[in-house]
Amino acid sequence: MTITDKPVDNGVNTEALLGARNALTEQPAAAEFTWRATCSWVHGTHSTSTVDGFAGLGQEMNHRTTYRFEVDHPECFASQDLGATPVEYVLVGLAGCLTAGVAAVAQHREVQLRSVTATIEGHMNVLGILGADTDVRNGFDGVRVRFDIDADAPRADIEAIVAQSQKRSAVFDIVTNPTDVVVEVA
Amino acid sequence: MRTTAVVIGAGHSGLAVSRRLTERSIDHVVIERGEVAHSWRTERWDSLRLLTPNWLTNLPGLRYRGAQPDGYMRAAELATHLGEYAGTIDAPVHSRTTVEQVRAGPGGYEVVTDRGRWQCAAVVIASGPCNTAQVPPAAASLPPGVAVRTALDYRSPEGLDDGGVLVVGASATGVQLAEEIHRSGRPVTLAVGEHVRMPRTYRGRDIFWWTDATAVLDERYDELDDVVRARRLPSPQLIGTSDRRSIDINHLAGESITIVGRLGRITGDVAQFSGSLTNTCALADLKMNRLLDRLDAWAQRTDADVDPPERFQPTHVPKSLLEVDLRRSGISTVLFATGFRPDYPWLDLPVLDRRSRIVHDGGVITGAPGCYVVGLNVLRRRRSSYISGAERDSADIARLLHHHLDGASRSTPRTRRPTTRCTQRAGLP
Repeated sequence: MTITDKPVDNGVNTEALLGARNALTEQPAAAEFTWRATCSWVHGTHSTSTVDGFAGLGQEMNHRTTYRFEVDHPECFASQDLGATPVEYVLVGLAGCLTAGVAAVAQHREVQLRSVTATIEGHMNVLGILGADTDVRNGFDGVRVRFDIDADAPRADIEAIVAQSQKRSAVFDIVTNPTDVVVEVA
Repeated sequence: MRTTAVVIGAGHSGLAVSRRLTERSIDHVVIERGEVAHSWRTERWDSLRLLTPNWLTNLPGLRYRGAQPDGYMRAAELATHLGEYAGTIDAPVHSRTTVEQVRAGPGGYEVVTDRGRWQCAAVVIASGPCNTAQVPPAAASLPPGVAVRTALDYRSPEGLDDGGVLVVGASATGVQLAEEIHRSGRPVTLAVGEHVRMPRTYRGRDIFWWTDATAVLDERYDELDDVVRARRLPSPQLIGTSDRRSIDINHLAGESITIVGRLGRITGDVAQFSGSLTNTCALADLKMNRLLDRLDAWAQRTDADVDPPERFQPTHVPKSLLEVDLRRSGISTVLFATGFRPDYPWLDLPVLDRRSRIVHDGGVITGAPGCYVVGLNVLRRRRSSYISGAERDSADIARLLHHHLDGASRSTPRTRRPTTRCTQRAGLP
């Protein structure tokens, strides 16, 4: 147990988040956000997606730069492997969301984090996506996340932080609960 | 007709307030749509027992003096108890009188009923928190041929069709009904969302002995980190049996009830459930253990006369089904135990938030001076959610009402801006 006068700093501005929470409760229309990505096919199974603008707080906004993502399939799928697979992007999304949540919850609970590593695995039987077996689903039949956390707190508190992170995670919700998806042709 | 205060509802909360008003010689009537304790008498399932032990069923001027202080009263017993209480305190109850409208009127308010109108200076809404069952939107997509029931219309397993039952919700109601229905020979699947796990007894004492002795029950609404969340928590997973056993997910799984996650979407015959069940159960275990840590700390500080500390088996969640074909699984009924909400179709004052709940500060209704509400979850204290809360809440509300009457006779009351969060710290006298 270190005794220190240094305030806990995981780099998360929880005061701002709490302020936003209070303000948006009074102005629910401002809490409506739309996130976007644009995907352009390149060749084969390779596409490039960009993330630039999003809407929220009653206005259009932009990231400070355009983010680009190469998406492809690996060579064992007879592809070029010019980018990570779409399902790996989902794992990245989930891990990133949960990790950000761990930092925010730890900040709120005044626990100093030293390091956090999440290893995530999505298990899948590809007979589903190959259409070879209708009893096999296309997506993951299970996802496991393992957190390796070095922090100034007892194990039980760290477990509680990880549990709370899942509770308030957008991607955890998207992956574990049904989500309405509409696909149309212009 | 004129009176000083109108109390709406002759349940335990309304009667307690009536008693306090009588103590202060405040002229009032209690309007009741049925007979005293109507909801307890007519809107509860047959086997229901209170979550709290009988020794906690005290009302102003009435201590429990029955033979089973550690027992758990049945709903019908409570209704009889309250009927006698109303007589003892000589409550001015107008039975079988339905409130049709409450609106502003000369001298304060006008309460219009099907048996006449009352002009009054103050109104206390004691119509209870369980006027209608809350049912998730997914219910609208249930296939025809599946019976839909709620905790409000359910009475006993015999009233259900044969076949499997999907119980939605793992609150006290959900776990109790899941168990009794499964034991009736109808296989039960229980959809578990956020829930509150609690042992019935801990270190030899009822859990409410602990929350009472440690003053957890007396935590004030304006001292809680998130009172909005506290008010929405499902009731703890408890049952009132003479053997004082606990009831939780592990217990139900042990009885071969199929445990699945929170109900998501229903498409055709297929109901989908959340894949977050493991986390949901982990959170409930964590919350329970935090409470037990707190109780242990108190027991140590006070050298309490209790058995040694213990901890309970973590909730074991085998890989759960993410979807169930209702027809193929033989599920003929879906029973929603997903909570209740109050309903105020007769309330014609600008005091409701965008979810049609009364905006109040510890029972003092915002934007309607002289109007109060009682009998809601964590109204003023955690204790407010239970019968035991009526004693102190009624005293507080009657005092505030009395002060209001005194103030109103001297000056015009200050009106307050309605808010959607009940987080104002009022300088309560």
